[in-house]
Amino acid sequence: MNTSVQPILSARGLVKRYGRVTALDNADFDLYPGEILAVIGDNGAGKSSLIKAISGAVIPDEGEIKLEGQQVQFRSPMEAREAGIETVYQNLALSPALSIADNMFLGRELRKPGIMGQWFRMLDRPAMEKRAREKLNELGLMTIQNISQAVETLSGGQRQGVAVARAAAFGSKVVIMDEPTAALGVKESRRVLELILDVKKRGLPIVLISHNMPHVFEVADRIHIHRLGRRLCVVDPKLISMSDAVALMTGAKKPPEDALAA
Amino acid sequence: MAGAQEFEKVLDQSDRNVAAFDHQGVPLIKRAQHFLHSTPAAVPLIVLVMSIIIFGITIGGRFFSSYTLTLILQQIAIVGILGAAQTLVILTAGIDLSIGVIMVISAVVMGNCAVVYGIPAFIAVLIGLGVGTLCGLLNGFLVAVMKLPPFIVTLGTWNIVMATNFIYSANETIRDADVASTAPLLHLFGASFKVGTAVLTLGVIAMVLLVLVLWYVLNHTAWGRHVYAVGDDPEAAKLSGIQTRRVLFSVYGLAGLIAAFAAWVSIGRNGSISPSAAVTDYNLQAITAAVIGGISLFGGRGSILGTLFGAMIVGVVSMGLNMLGADPQWKVLLTGVLIIGAVAIDQWIRKVSV
Ligand SMILES: Nc1ncnc2c1ncn2[C@@H]1O[C@H](COP(=O)(O)OP(=O)(O)OP(=O)(O)O)[C@@H](O)[C@H]1O
Ligand SMILES: [Mg+2]
Repeated sequence: MNTSVQPILSARGLVKRYGRVTALDNADFDLYPGEILAVIGDNGAGKSSLIKAISGAVIPDEGEIKLEGQQVQFRSPMEAREAGIETVYQNLALSPALSIADNMFLGRELRKPGIMGQWFRMLDRPAMEKRAREKLNELGLMTIQNISQAVETLSGGQRQGVAVARAAAFGSKVVIMDEPTAALGVKESRRVLELILDVKKRGLPIVLISHNMPHVFEVADRIHIHRLGRRLCVVDPKLISMSDAVALMTGAKKPPEDALAA
Repeated sequence: MAGAQEFEKVLDQSDRNVAAFDHQGVPLIKRAQHFLHSTPAAVPLIVLVMSIIIFGITIGGRFFSSYTLTLILQQIAIVGILGAAQTLVILTAGIDLSIGVIMVISAVVMGNCAVVYGIPAFIAVLIGLGVGTLCGLLNGFLVAVMKLPPFIVTLGTWNIVMATNFIYSANETIRDADVASTAPLLHLFGASFKVGTAVLTLGVIAMVLLVLVLWYVLNHTAWGRHVYAVGDDPEAAKLSGIQTRRVLFSVYGLAGLIAAFAAWVSIGRNGSISPSAAVTDYNLQAITAAVIGGISLFGGRGSILGTLFGAMIVGVVSMGLNMLGADPQWKVLLTGVLIIGAVAIDQWIRKVSV
């Protein structure tokens, strides 16, 4: 990656403590335009905490975040969303009792045109359901039979598909996915990877957190290795082997001096 | 497919149709469970129809008359309206114990403004509605912004509002005749008219309209969906970009406004305005209507139509037992059975997803 390009999203010195647990310990982060950045690390390394701090879901104790060079301070996920950062959280953040379409459009519902929408604020269910169905079909989630069924009646993987479809449909600057394929089947995982490449083709950069090394090495342009609450190094998947990446991630190997510039 | 691994190559030929299945083999009980899961007002409606039929058979034509049935509606109008307010709060996984006394203090304020201070009745009503809304917003502030548990908050405001009501009014009743002569507008919702032998009051119509409007708002507007989402899983709602604080704040405020509206209806029904009504267990009656109506106390589930049916069930049971000359305690006992039954059914319906 050419270092003269300005990162679209970056963070410096992020610290987040939960009581006596330190989740982020001076973590840095850089995402460049149009790239797929994978974030890998052990369980509890602080990957989810990092993306939560970036997406407004938690407020870091220290550190600064810049979006397109401008310093930002998101006080809620809403603000990050409005700034164009769309996130698939590890726990998915879906409302179990609401329908698939209602979930996909939660917080940015479509209203009926004309008087019904303007004065009576009526939701345009048919339009929302049509768009939701299209998005799910793109993901190949053909086993969802009823688009108006409650999310709690879906299987774990189907739920994950709904969350991924939502982020891909609405992201306008950055799409962040925290383990988007953890519960998905072979076909659906493959579709999510294709979708990630599609989103990249649309010019959007993506942050992908995953424990699936073959997937990471297949799609990532750069790999951010997170260890003990901070960025250990950034590596180029074309220049490093999977086993070396795992060795770095688990502390079996020390990072080379110049790894940050990868 | 770029970069696909060997075992993924066959995916190109995978089926591209939305899955569909034959529903013949599904046992009736499972289908019923799914139907009830998607139609939460069905259980209370069935119970309501059954109780009308049972009392109709045991009592005979006297009970089945449109006169009796509309009398029941008149008796439940206030609890029905309060139940609607309570439903909004319970849908957010909260509870509002102060709703009954908010109604009473709003009625007292309306009466005092119109009768004692001589303020035009229309403005007195607005002031009363404002007082109720303010009480609701106070609850909302404590729950949404201070993040205190709703049960504790409203237990506190229940006592505070009740005491304020007695101190402010010196427990003086405003007589029916005084209201009628100086501020007949306050009696508006007591006005009745006949359709055949059925007697309807504006209060009954107001209750039904209010429930229908709230049903529309809860199911067909974004705000309504957010109320469900916040009650269902507040953390997920927040992460998906809902301003949970604003939703909670508005729900408690609206509940206060509706309670004040119930005050106006109650003046029409009772004629006089009595501060000592604050000791009546309106809260429990409103919660009972909501619970029997299938509104889950865990939040996020149930239809407000169910609350209307729940209030009607209680009305039908008490009228029926009354006409049978039974000890009034039987009504209390049956209400208890209905509550437990409703919660048991709620738990069973929730299992649809496991
Ligand atoms: N809400 C919380 N309260 C307390 N501690 C927390 C909280 N969230 C995270 N932590 C702690 O922060 C550390 C980092 O957690 P985080 O979820 O970021 O890890 P992760 O890298 O995403 O792990 P995984 O691969 O298992 O998803 C852990 O030690 C965890 O215990
Ligand atoms: Mg995680």
